[in-house]
Amino acid sequence: MNFYLFLILSALTLLSALVVVFSRNPMYSVLSLIVCFFTIAAHYIMLKAQFLAIVHLIVYAGAIMVLFLFVVMLLNLNKQNEVHKTNMVKVAAVITGGLLFLVLIASVRTTELSAFTLPTNNEIGYVQQVGQKLFNEFLLPFEISSVLFLSAMIGSVVLSKK
Amino acid sequence: MENTIIASSQNWYIVLSLLLFCIGVMGVLFRRNAIVILMCVELMLNSVNLLLVTFSSFNESNDGQVFVFFIMVVAAAEVAVGLALLMSVYRNIASTDINVLSKLKH
Repeated sequence: MNFYLFLILSALTLLSALVVVFSRNPMYSVLSLIVCFFTIAAHYIMLKAQFLAIVHLIVYAGAIMVLFLFVVMLLNLNKQNEVHKTNMVKVAAVITGGLLFLVLIASVRTTELSAFTLPTNNEIGYVQQVGQKLFNEFLLPFEISSVLFLSAMIGSVVLSKK
Repeated sequence: MENTIIASSQNWYIVLSLLLFCIGVMGVLFRRNAIVILMCVELMLNSVNLLLVTFSSFNESNDGQVFVFFIMVVAAAEVAVGLALLMSVYRNIASTDINVLSKLKH
């Protein structure tokens, strides 16, 4: 495993996530969230989930973020008029996030993870393997998710037609 | 040296996704713009996805990747409905500030 590549990608991911949270302009938040999704897709490729990386790019960077950009531009929010909360709320939020991280890290440290090696089998993330799993074992959830999509579509049309 | 890094690389991925999740929680707590709050929820969903892919890849099985597909489905549906809701909120009060949305309090 290329450890330095992992470090660079993680730094980029965390940096762009922080820009999403801390930038005052919603436009910059959307753009850096796109950068964050691209680096996460690179992580997927390093973890041998090639098909998932492409789907992630198409769904998130291609569809969801375009939706976000569209709404930000439609509502004309791309100006820096957002009043932030008071400093006390900010400090409290940062402390809360840090404490949550501490608790999670402490719980991970006490678990006994057996020493894994990186996968040698390259093919678990290919379209064929994932598709066979999806259409054999997970066929019912797949069909139900289409109903979920249909209801989401109808719901968003009804909500925005009013 | 190289082997120890490889053996513990799963822990690095866990730390990365925990950090991403906590950044998302922080954003939800202190942003006021509802669109940015939705984006922070997306960030948290993605950190969970990254963790699932890590475990599925280290177990050499692609069950976790199928779960990630379903999380993506839910995220896409959630964003579509959430943004439609935000549009109708904006049409009523001409703002996406969540502090203005406090009518249920009175």
